[in-house]
Amino acid sequence: MAERYDVLVIGSGPAGLTAAHAAARHGARVGLVDAQALPGGQVWRHDVRFSAPAFARRCMQATLEHIKIDWLPQTRVVGAEPGRLLVEDPRSARWLKYGALVLATGAREVLLPFPGWTLPGVTGAGGLQALAKQGWPLAGKRVVVAGSGPLLLAAAATARRHGARVLAVFEQADRAAMLRFTRGLWRWPARVMQAAVLRAQLAGVPYHFGSVVTAAQGEDALREIEVSGPRGQRRIACDQLAVGFGLAPNVELACMLGCQLEAEGAQQRVRVDARQHTSVPGVYAAGEVCGIGGRDSALIEGAIAGLAATGARTGIASLQRRRAQARAFARQLRETFAIDQRVRALAQPDTLVCRCEDVTLGALDAHVDARGAKLATRCGMGPCQGRICATALAELGRAAGIAARPPLFPARLETLALAPADGIAASLAT
Amino acid sequence: MTHSYDLIVVGAGIIGAACADVASAEGLKVAIVESGAIGAGVTAAGMGHLVAVDGLPAELALARYSLGLWEDLRDLPGGEFSRCGTLWFARDEHELARIPDKLARLRAAGAVAEAVDAAQLRELEPALSPGLAGGVLVPDEAVVYPPVMARRLVERACRRRATLIHARAIALGEHAVTLDDGQRLLGNVLIATGGALQALLPELLIHLRKGHLLITERYPNMLHHQLVHMGYTDSAHGQSDSVACNVQPRPTGQLLVGSSREYGVSDSEISLPMLRRMLRCAFQFLPSLRQLKALRAWAGLRPASIDGLPYIGRVAQRRGIWVAAGHEGLGVTTAPGTARLLVDQLLARTPAIDARPYDPMRAAA
Repeated sequence: MAERYDVLVIGSGPAGLTAAHAAARHGARVGLVDAQALPGGQVWRHDVRFSAPAFARRCMQATLEHIKIDWLPQTRVVGAEPGRLLVEDPRSARWLKYGALVLATGAREVLLPFPGWTLPGVTGAGGLQALAKQGWPLAGKRVVVAGSGPLLLAAAATARRHGARVLAVFEQADRAAMLRFTRGLWRWPARVMQAAVLRAQLAGVPYHFGSVVTAAQGEDALREIEVSGPRGQRRIACDQLAVGFGLAPNVELACMLGCQLEAEGAQQRVRVDARQHTSVPGVYAAGEVCGIGGRDSALIEGAIAGLAATGARTGIASLQRRRAQARAFARQLRETFAIDQRVRALAQPDTLVCRCEDVTLGALDAHVDARGAKLATRCGMGPCQGRICATALAELGRAAGIAARPPLFPARLETLALAPADGIAASLAT
Repeated sequence: MTHSYDLIVVGAGIIGAACADVASAEGLKVAIVESGAIGAGVTAAGMGHLVAVDGLPAELALARYSLGLWEDLRDLPGGEFSRCGTLWFARDEHELARIPDKLARLRAAGAVAEAVDAAQLRELEPALSPGLAGGVLVPDEAVVYPPVMARRLVERACRRRATLIHARAIALGEHAVTLDDGQRLLGNVLIATGGALQALLPELLIHLRKGHLLITERYPNMLHHQLVHMGYTDSAHGQSDSVACNVQPRPTGQLLVGSSREYGVSDSEISLPMLRRMLRCAFQFLPSLRQLKALRAWAGLRPASIDGLPYIGRVAQRRGIWVAAGHEGLGVTTAPGTARLLVDQLLARTPAIDARPYDPMRAAA
């Protein structure tokens, strides 16, 4: 392991992988950090039963096997000082020095509260995908997928591949919006293919537009859901419900480093220039953290950031043109799947908003300002550090700040006590 | 537009909140002026340890007086009053030698306090590192959750018809204050704006002393008392950057780890070097802290007066202007006593304790 990397890449999803690879090919000594044990990020998360698509495998293999790249798995960034990051893995902590930094921290799912959303058996759409890939038993289970966006199709297809009986997919966007969207799809032939493949994998699964799951019910676990659609209300018995309302960029590290952010709908994203450079010298960002754009933009932006981080002058222009095309598709998606007002009104006064600290929406309503509400209820002060509830509250139109102080993730106290001069400190924990 | 009040409290931190509570209970017509959230300044940044520190006699007197008054506030809902007691621990013979004096001072001020030897210390807190010399247990002291306490006090005042005004005070007059929304309020004005005191009262010096705190995940029953190193008082009364071991078990099972003091810093960003020093200091005495998980860390700015005692009373050379500020790290502890002293003076009553040491006159330069 090196003391100092020319380029340090945070996150090993598509953007991080191509960033690391591009930088290494250009001669840089690269460190690739990820919180997970295996690369791939969320989109190429390791599946215990099925192998990743050939392209993903090639991409991961090429990067991990590159002689100039150190792969640092199960490693989280906890703090930062100029030119170095404090990181922790299950056994040790260390300071990593870098010449340039590429933030490829990806995105997380937006989970919006509705009655029953905390019942066992209810997860996010991406959450269900992750569970399935980790080997959570789904065979024969009755699964409903709901929410908004293309992630629903992917989640349903993954669940089905793992043996689930997918009863239906409920998309909150209405048919007219979807039609407008599909009429413009010819500009992205690869996306047409992708959608066709997913649809084929989901043959026989009803796909409903303009439909919202309004409540999940059950005693100790999910038993039944209520769905409101163009043809009124109905109830469906099921074992598993996956609800996702799109993604929100993981901007906490960027924010801690002082990178300028900008609004993306109700959420924030990192502002970058044409070379993926943030407002902080030497710090680049690529992929979902710069705005939800999907895998294709992430792959391209990662390559741009990796090259730019090594000071490369050539090879970037053609990538920039491809990026514009990929990003345009993302804009279309965002408009089509914009969250409907009725989804924002699902949470009731007794619906939990902050699962860590058991705070209901009603408890927050007693306060006029976000800071006062947080102090009085401890909303967002639990182990997720507000990543779930603050994201949801922002979507519900309630101001919520970004937690960007060290520790960026819950970390051992001894990690925070590590000085840059200490080198690597092995934890006493076993 | 102009409104008249008996008392206009500027600032709804724990001090302003307590003053509004006491004044409204006396039947005074009270306004509370706060531009931010209640208890969201240094009140929210502190530990909420209700403790009698025996460094300065007048500091001890105000704390002891206040601890008695806190007994009437302990049931305020959500304030998380928890009587864990304070356990001061001594590292070595040198610190142990200071215990008899400490005991004498605390007892003279009416506190229940007992000496504990090394074996008793280990029995009380098995997580403390072996080899400590002994300590002092003050069993009646407690911890609270300050921002909610401040909120409850303001709510209680408002139920007694106090008016909460969301605005910023921008200028003082004679028995008058002007707000940034154009209102001018008439009456006695109490400035309780802590670290921002000098914006309205430039003649009263305030130094900011930055401190860091860190909170862990939940580890119920790992500690039972608020633990404070005997060296804490040296750190608190020193004149250079310092750290001291000060660890609190929250009723949630979380541990609050402190403390640090920095001079001449006015931002409340986390300083990793200071956090490191603070944690390493705590590890010396509580080695098992190393493996615990930290959830959050933050920094706050203690508002310190020129001499370690708060400014409480009428402001010299001004008419109808009062102050309650500069409590440094003891604002939560001494809020009820401060409020009582201030309101007694306002009503021209004789306070229960000698108010002269806190007279802001001493600082008017």
